[in-house]
Amino acid sequence: MLPTRIFPLGENAATIEFGNDISEPLNDAAVNLAEYFETRRFPGFVEAVPAIASVTIFYNLHEVRDSLPENKTAFEFVKELVETAGANIADKLRVNSRIVEIPVSFREEYALDLRFIAENSGLSVDEVISIFLSKLYRVYMLGFLPGFAYMGIVDERIAVPRRASPRLVVPKGSVGIAGQQTGIYPNESPGGWQIIGRTALELITLGEASPCFFHPGDTVRFVDTATDRPIDRGGNHKRHSFF
Amino acid sequence: MSLVIRKEGMLTTIQGLGRYGLQRFGINPRGAMDRTAVRLINLLLGNAEDEPAIEMHFPAGEMFFEESCVVALGGADFNATLNDEKIENWRPVFAEQLSVLKFKQKLVGNRCYLAVRGGFNLALGGDKRSKSKAAPIEGLPLKKTDRIELKVQSTSDDIFPNRQISNSLLPVYSNFPTVRLVAGGEFDLLSESDKRSLAEEDFVITNDSNRMGYRLRGPGLRVKDTAEMVSAAVSFGTIQLLPDGQLIILMADHQTSGGYPRIANTISVDLPLLAQLGAKDKVAFNLVDIEEAERLTMQFEQDIRRLRTGCRFGRYW
Repeated sequence: MLPTRIFPLGENAATIEFGNDISEPLNDAAVNLAEYFETRRFPGFVEAVPAIASVTIFYNLHEVRDSLPENKTAFEFVKELVETAGANIADKLRVNSRIVEIPVSFREEYALDLRFIAENSGLSVDEVISIFLSKLYRVYMLGFLPGFAYMGIVDERIAVPRRASPRLVVPKGSVGIAGQQTGIYPNESPGGWQIIGRTALELITLGEASPCFFHPGDTVRFVDTATDRPIDRGGNHKRHSFF
Repeated sequence: MSLVIRKEGMLTTIQGLGRYGLQRFGINPRGAMDRTAVRLINLLLGNAEDEPAIEMHFPAGEMFFEESCVVALGGADFNATLNDEKIENWRPVFAEQLSVLKFKQKLVGNRCYLAVRGGFNLALGGDKRSKSKAAPIEGLPLKKTDRIELKVQSTSDDIFPNRQISNSLLPVYSNFPTVRLVAGGEFDLLSESDKRSLAEEDFVITNDSNRMGYRLRGPGLRVKDTAEMVSAAVSFGTIQLLPDGQLIILMADHQTSGGYPRIANTISVDLPLLAQLGAKDKVAFNLVDIEEAERLTMQFEQDIRRLRTGCRFGRYW
């Protein structure tokens, strides 16, 4: 997939956009291109940050320009690298094939908005849980809080708008829904997502080389701790170790 | 061998130049608001430019030096005194044992930086396995009686009182600076008259401003295409247009991603001017193209290199 546009994010970064939708092909392109740059670091490269349908490449301008002809901008240089990359990775399969399982408890004390979601959808609580567990989700990006994964795509039947008034304290590990996205609060935080359950998994360990449980592009399967298995196995994916 | 917080400041933290590499996990680099100030005072002391310094807001509290050391202040001018004698910013100063550092008055700017020769001994940010429980953590507010260990002890021989920074390197702080921008991804969604407003009108920094970002009050702006954007990476200095038509400038502690239209980005040589603003200050904007923005940064970096070389010359520790 080729980028739709490239623009500077200041003089130390460039954003490469593939589109403006939440879709797996666009996210694949973003994750793949980020991976391409992370494994082929140019002088002055800082990091590549994949998002839902774009990648932003951060660099140290003066280090990049030290190895360029006098009048060439770093932005132009990075743009050319992206064009070269496009030709090289155009037809590659996804780099990230990790599948991770998240045990979730839907007990009333944790599922703060489960009743509301059920009422809002005109379904029973059990139906909401079963629809939620029946899908595999994709980590489209991490953001908002350290280690917070934006996952999709939640079944339309249980999609629910954010709370009109955000909670001042959402407990750590809370699994929320906002529209057709789902996400987990890695730590206690204010937040407006509707809480469907809670996981006991530690999602972030600062100070570690790889501090986050989730990586961009991961495939996620939620399992009910009460039954210890997803209601629908969702295909024959192999279970991978977490790290 | 420590510096002790004798009186707590408004928001006093230890900040470096940011730790990059984890933004894909939603982990922001953080770091000092005025990075130029941190780099310059470190160079004056012969330190690595990214040695963490103490960032202070006004009132900045009081500090006490248990041992003698060499310090340098930069950024905002808080009318500092060492043992009740006035000391200047952007100069290495010898602080003898038991000295007390005070800040009397906010003269210019909102964030003052203190670096010590050799740097501070810190615990790694958020690292629970840190060896020294007492060591303060980068980015967390310093409290009364906190002790920050110095890596080296200094004598009055370790000072170069004549070491100076050329004016071309010193940011010209003001409470109404003109800050240069490069157009962002959604700049062209502004109408021609809104583009003019951005370049010609003044914007006020509102009370709703902190290390994460500054909310501005100015002429209401609008983008033509109101289609929802999917979230993408943002950066220190990114200017986004909020749904109410007002702008927000993302500062050092910004979130790693955002979904509002990215109108522009502040060029890095002008970030220190923004970093020194406080509520009720004003700012004006001036658009430059990416070629000019890169040229200005390169020129600044060459000046920094020259200073670095100059500071190394005659260095004898």
